[in-house]
Amino acid sequence: MPKTLYDKIWDAHVVHEDKDGTCLLYIDRHLVHEVTSPQAFEGLRMSGRTVRAPEKTIAVPDHNVPTTPDRENGIENEESRIQVDALDRNAREFGVNYYPVNDIRQGIVHIVGPEQGWTLPGMTVVCGDSHTATHGAFGALAHGIGTSEVEHVLATQTLIQQKSKNMKVEITGSLRPGVTAKDITLSVIGATGTAGGTGYVIEYCGQAIEELSMEGRMTVCNMAIEGGARAGLIAPDEKTFAYVKGRPHAPKGAQWDAALAWWKTLKSDADAHWDKVITLKGEEIAPVVTWGTSPEDVLPITGEVPDPASFAGGKVDAARRALEYMGLKPGQKLTDIEIDTVFIGSCTNGRIEDLRAAAAILKGQKIKPGLRAMVVPGSGLVRAQAEEEGLAQIFLDAGFEWRLAGCSMCLAMNPDQLSPGERCAATSNRNFEGRQGRGGRTHLMSPAMAAAAAITGRLTDIRKMMAQTA
Amino acid sequence: MDKFTTLTGVAAPMPLVNIDTDMIIPKQFLKTIQRSGLGKNLFDEMRFDDDGNEIATFVLNQPAYRNAQILVAGDNFGCGSSREHAPWALADFGIRVVISTSFADIFFNNCFKNGMLPIVLPQDQVDLLMEDASKGANARIAVDLESQTVTSSDGQVFSFQIDPFKKHCLLNGLDDIGLTLEKVSAIDTFVAQAAQARPWV
Repeated sequence: MPKTLYDKIWDAHVVHEDKDGTCLLYIDRHLVHEVTSPQAFEGLRMSGRTVRAPEKTIAVPDHNVPTTPDRENGIENEESRIQVDALDRNAREFGVNYYPVNDIRQGIVHIVGPEQGWTLPGMTVVCGDSHTATHGAFGALAHGIGTSEVEHVLATQTLIQQKSKNMKVEITGSLRPGVTAKDITLSVIGATGTAGGTGYVIEYCGQAIEELSMEGRMTVCNMAIEGGARAGLIAPDEKTFAYVKGRPHAPKGAQWDAALAWWKTLKSDADAHWDKVITLKGEEIAPVVTWGTSPEDVLPITGEVPDPASFAGGKVDAARRALEYMGLKPGQKLTDIEIDTVFIGSCTNGRIEDLRAAAAILKGQKIKPGLRAMVVPGSGLVRAQAEEEGLAQIFLDAGFEWRLAGCSMCLAMNPDQLSPGERCAATSNRNFEGRQGRGGRTHLMSPAMAAAAAITGRLTDIRKMMAQTA
Repeated sequence: MDKFTTLTGVAAPMPLVNIDTDMIIPKQFLKTIQRSGLGKNLFDEMRFDDDGNEIATFVLNQPAYRNAQILVAGDNFGCGSSREHAPWALADFGIRVVISTSFADIFFNNCFKNGMLPIVLPQDQVDLLMEDASKGANARIAVDLESQTVTSSDGQVFSFQIDPFKKHCLLNGLDDIGLTLEKVSAIDTFVAQAAQARPWV
């Protein structure tokens, strides 16, 4: 029977299947961070259980950690410190792989995993974090789980799962200049809605996806969850293999050859069955921004704030509430929206290519006076590379703060937060009410678009700025 | 885990669509290292103003719904972050059942690990139950897991679907990890075979 890539990875990991189709699925990699794991480790202790496969478990603090240099002296916020200390204690006690706060390899868990070669094609990867979908860029089946499931994976290295349906999202053709992976993934969510992927695993394919770098593919898969999908996948190819090769935990020598032979089989069969298919034309995708409080509230930057009455069903009230929260009026041009904060970073857009894209716009430019702008690299290694490439200096010269690695203002668990009414151009993944701080207003966009907004102080069409500098 | 069999109680209406887990329990309350005590911060930013005073118009602050045990909610309830703190907060407040037209995947799964029952019904039935819930404390909705039914205050009965394994675990309050560890020999066999097939993992 012809199979999708998802079918193939699934089949290779079924430990046991019940008559009703409930499966026990083996987990190859378990990533752990400080916020969703303390109760799981405590659960193990209380029941006298242990971590079944510490060598397949990777822990790194990211959500709570401050991103200012003074973090070397310890974390000031007591609750955050307790949580990071708990991870430290748990990681050492149970003997899992661990990158502490002051290790240069520390960073956002979804950036560290691929960077260190923990994430490989054909694997099952889970983490108590919804953006685990990121790792799907390698052709790994990767998804977020709750804390009870974290405990289950720690204790058994398996997960009780029902199989999802197969959805294909094809992006044909090539992207136009100024359009990025972020615009693809937001445009897909705009087309399907935040519940459009519920019950599915998405495979992204098509020329525009193939043409993306690994960093871009991670951005696309990262936001599969914002479309409701359990996971997003992209079939591995030569770019994938080249990215993985030589990473600290990637296979070497004869094992590399064996792995590569299997990885090359990891693609959907031509006549595989799809339960749902979405196709977008790459050349028709524009640079987009969000206007509301759901990632599905997305429009091309050339658009206007919509009238809530133009929606149907429950979305009418939701859009009305969103506009009130966002302080916007129907018909307002998106390029007239002024911002006061810029955040470049997160597991969506905190990789080296993202920083290069933003720096290319900011080179020789200054941010608008009075604006607060920060770059938070996704890992210590991304940060070091950006410094080596001279990107850090470009950001600093432009007026950005240059921070240490962490989740930072994506979810504002650390001191990096918006105040009520503050409006942020953000490269992160969620524009929910209060996400970046109570009363804070978030517009999601690509790193290049965020950099352009930093210069003008308003949402800006990157293509116009590119035309000027060309 | 607590068993779930039947529940009859006050249902609070929350017709808003896409209620995300950031709304259910904002990030500042995720710094706990315990599961308990989150009910007081459930829907914190919708429930309390900047000074910590109750916002009178919010449904769970209204006298009729202060002891609600059921939520009837708009589509795509529980989307966003995987935080299990969301069902912990709901359960700690006293809510054991959420009824909607659809749920986000991770939230849905997390409910079952905490003795909570998320129920999916078609739009017209959710609309009827939303109307029923809007009548206040006298309109009590009854949920029976064994027979897979929801009964409105005026006696209309709606059937819902549920995965048999999840139903079995809820009815008996079973611990997933204990069940899986009974299959440890199957896991050992798989690991041995995988070590041959994919030794690089």
